[in-house]
Amino acid sequence: MDVLGRYRNLIVLVGVLFAQVLGLAVQVKRTTDNEPTRLIRIWAVGTVTPLEKALVWAQTSTSNAWHNYFYLRGVRAENRDLKQQIARMSLERVRMSQDADQARRLQALLAFKEQFISETMAAQVIGSSGSELSRSVYIDKGESNGIKPDMAVITADGIVGKVLRVYGSSSLVLLINDQTSGVGALLDKTRLQGILRGTPSGEVVLEKVMSDEAVPAGEMVLTSGGDGIFPKGLLVGRVTKVSLGSELFLNIRVRPAADLSKLEEVLVVTKIDERQAEPDQTGAERAVDILAERLPGVPSKPEDAVKADVPETAAPGTVAPTSPGSDVKPKAAPPEASAASGAPTAPKTAGATATGTDAMKASPKSVKAAPEPKPQPAVEDSPH
Amino acid sequence: MAITYTSGEQVEVYRFSIPATVLIPLTAVFLQAFLPLRFRFFSIFDLPLLVVIGFATARRSPLAGLLTGSVIGILQDALTHHPIGLYGISKTVVGFGASSLGIKLDVEHAGARFLLTIFFYVVHEVVYFLIARGLVGLHMEWSWPHEFLSGVANAVLGVFVFMLLDRVKQRT
Repeated sequence: MDVLGRYRNLIVLVGVLFAQVLGLAVQVKRTTDNEPTRLIRIWAVGTVTPLEKALVWAQTSTSNAWHNYFYLRGVRAENRDLKQQIARMSLERVRMSQDADQARRLQALLAFKEQFISETMAAQVIGSSGSELSRSVYIDKGESNGIKPDMAVITADGIVGKVLRVYGSSSLVLLINDQTSGVGALLDKTRLQGILRGTPSGEVVLEKVMSDEAVPAGEMVLTSGGDGIFPKGLLVGRVTKVSLGSELFLNIRVRPAADLSKLEEVLVVTKIDERQAEPDQTGAERAVDILAERLPGVPSKPEDAVKADVPETAAPGTVAPTSPGSDVKPKAAPPEASAASGAPTAPKTAGATATGTDAMKASPKSVKAAPEPKPQPAVEDSPH
Repeated sequence: MAITYTSGEQVEVYRFSIPATVLIPLTAVFLQAFLPLRFRFFSIFDLPLLVVIGFATARRSPLAGLLTGSVIGILQDALTHHPIGLYGISKTVVGFGASSLGIKLDVEHAGARFLLTIFFYVVHEVVYFLIARGLVGLHMEWSWPHEFLSGVANAVLGVFVFMLLDRVKQRT
């Protein structure tokens, strides 16, 4: 008894350490995706995140009040610049939609299925894990908002990570630069596939790319869709450095497109749809229509003149404008996917009757002249 | 005033009120999770560790020190996605060590606190490294210059944190 009293502190220390080591060993052995969240985590997160939410709300409200009501210097000039930017982008969109139509026609020929982001939820980053070795952040949306584990988290710039744990009104997001994360990725030009992982120092590397391949610095890295979390084609980042790694693989360093150290708002991908690619059966919007919209006061032609014009301008399978200079134009339907996603989207067909084959025939561009389509694995093959 | 006798020297023992005992560690864990998002450099600090050292050296009770360390460490673990116990074990060791050393040394001066914080920061990192690598299987890189510089940065912050703790501690 005397010995026990003398070494009481040491005995308690050994006991507490032993209990924690034992608990740690059990957790390491039992770690599975279906493991329920431990009560202690729920308590800790439930204690800390309301404070974080309150502070973030106060900060955002103050910032918004300042910028929206007081600090309005340069807003007119910015508005003018933005309008010009919209005009430029409208023209660019027309060109890109033509390319997309062409790609869809080719995909339809090959019976490809495409994935696209159909629903996202904006969330605010409210806190971090507080550890340099656990690169994860907390967002202010949780189970009550429909968030589930393994949902992709992105920003307008690129992918961020995936939802790891979901709590009542917050969620833990594992960032792509954490060493336990893994994302299926491919290089944009060379189409080489690999696995994107984080390092202990917080960098991002692309692994499993054979060393006999040439990978230039600056090449874009996109998601491959093979992980079953991120849809194919989302921007990950750019290659910064390529060196020889171990076991005949390259060591490719990637700089994430999204700034993972300054995350404020993110989008959680709550729904990903997949469907057979179908050629766009509506009339393609032309750049000249966009330009005509911006021309002031072009008088309408008489009705008979319009009728005479239609057969010349409208191709079979397309819908011609009702009248030049008129406001009613066959515009492409807005994409179903979130604007922030880089996933392929399919415009809605608007009252078109032509079949896919008809549309192919009616296409102003030759299929042979089209660039080679990027290979896209069938969705069923991906490990969901 | 209660006095403990150690090696012939008289050392004062302090205690903290219940609100301070609960709120100070919670605030430290909260700030540790919140501030690095706004100020990236803050991730170099370990505010909960400074609170563990501050409480342990003031109370000078190894039992209280190791229990405080384990509770704060487990709370910190709960916010990460790693298994619970990594910070818990490291801070238990630090809490026990700091309180045991606090009995033998005069830790009322800023210089002593500065050196003590560097020492226990490195101890904390070594224990964490060994457990994370050996038991959990995490890939970790050890860099003495980085750890030492982080230790110095934490020690500088620690001096101010201990001064704040001095204001709320009470003589027993």
